[in-house]
Amino acid sequence: MAKIKGTIVVDSERCKGCGVCVASCPCDVLALSSEVNGKGYPVVRMARPDACTGCASCGVICPDSCITVYRQKFE
Amino acid sequence: MAEVEIKAENRVYAKPRLMLDNTMHYCPGCSHGTVHKLIAEVIDELGLADRTIGISPVGCSVFAYNYIDIDWMEAAHGRALAVATAAKRLNPDRMVFTYQGDGDLSAIGTAESIHAAARGENVVAIYINNAIYGMTGGQMAPTTLLGMKTATTPYGRDPRLNGYPYKIAEMMAHLDGATYITRQSVHKPANVRKCKAAIKKAFQHAMDGQGFSLVEVVSTCNSGWKLSPVAANEWLEQHMLPYYPLGDIKDVKLDPTR
Repeated sequence: MAKIKGTIVVDSERCKGCGVCVASCPCDVLALSSEVNGKGYPVVRMARPDACTGCASCGVICPDSCITVYRQKFE
Repeated sequence: MAEVEIKAENRVYAKPRLMLDNTMHYCPGCSHGTVHKLIAEVIDELGLADRTIGISPVGCSVFAYNYIDIDWMEAAHGRALAVATAAKRLNPDRMVFTYQGDGDLSAIGTAESIHAAARGENVVAIYINNAIYGMTGGQMAPTTLLGMKTATTPYGRDPRLNGYPYKIAEMMAHLDGATYITRQSVHKPANVRKCKAAIKKAFQHAMDGQGFSLVEVVSTCNSGWKLSPVAANEWLEQHMLPYYPLGDIKDVKLDPTR
């Protein structure tokens, strides 16, 4: 069966760790990392990458445009 | 299963082309960033990148010109729609929009805003309503909800002392010159997508010479509200949306032979 998978790339230095994407993810993929960026903000990361469908909800809501979403179909 | 390949043909969402790489000065989770992004996307999709003039206000979004790669002008506090009127009348082929907060458009700039709408200027006002003066430290705005605590109403807004909040979108809807008035929000991905459609419609409306459009975006000010970004989005849904309901308030077409 074909399956659609997604992944995100976060521009860590732009991310302010607001967590709005974490709350918006319908598949509960994202979490704030314990690591911080140059400004001291915790950066968002994929805690459960296998659950990502590439719906782009996180990218759409991100106020700082730091999430790029990729999606691929596997046969 | 194989991993998703990071390549252009698999990319479904990225930072809009017109957004500059400057890191925004807004607080983490501020709605301003999301609305900026929508404007950048809409301008790019309509092919208006080299024909758009934005008017930035006084308020947190005073530096909007640092983030979207179009032509900008900076207006005196509240006077963005007066400046937009001049810009549009002198350059009728340009897309002219203002980006204003509630302190700018509906407090100090009420007169300019109401009269620009009444004259039916072919411009768009993007109106960010977060019910507070964010930049100056969270004081009460005209749009502050009853009972809402701010720096100047520490016990909550009391109508006997501070009066009642008002809805400038509904007020403008009574004016014949205003033809598209809508209220949106950006607190959830679905609302962000609807807000983008509304901004696009307003921009097309202005380019078609259909009169004045107002897109009110009910927004959060998590620093001013003293909440986390996620809690601010929930507070918005529970308290702001019952008083400022979402949806189109007015959508009429002008007679082209007028």
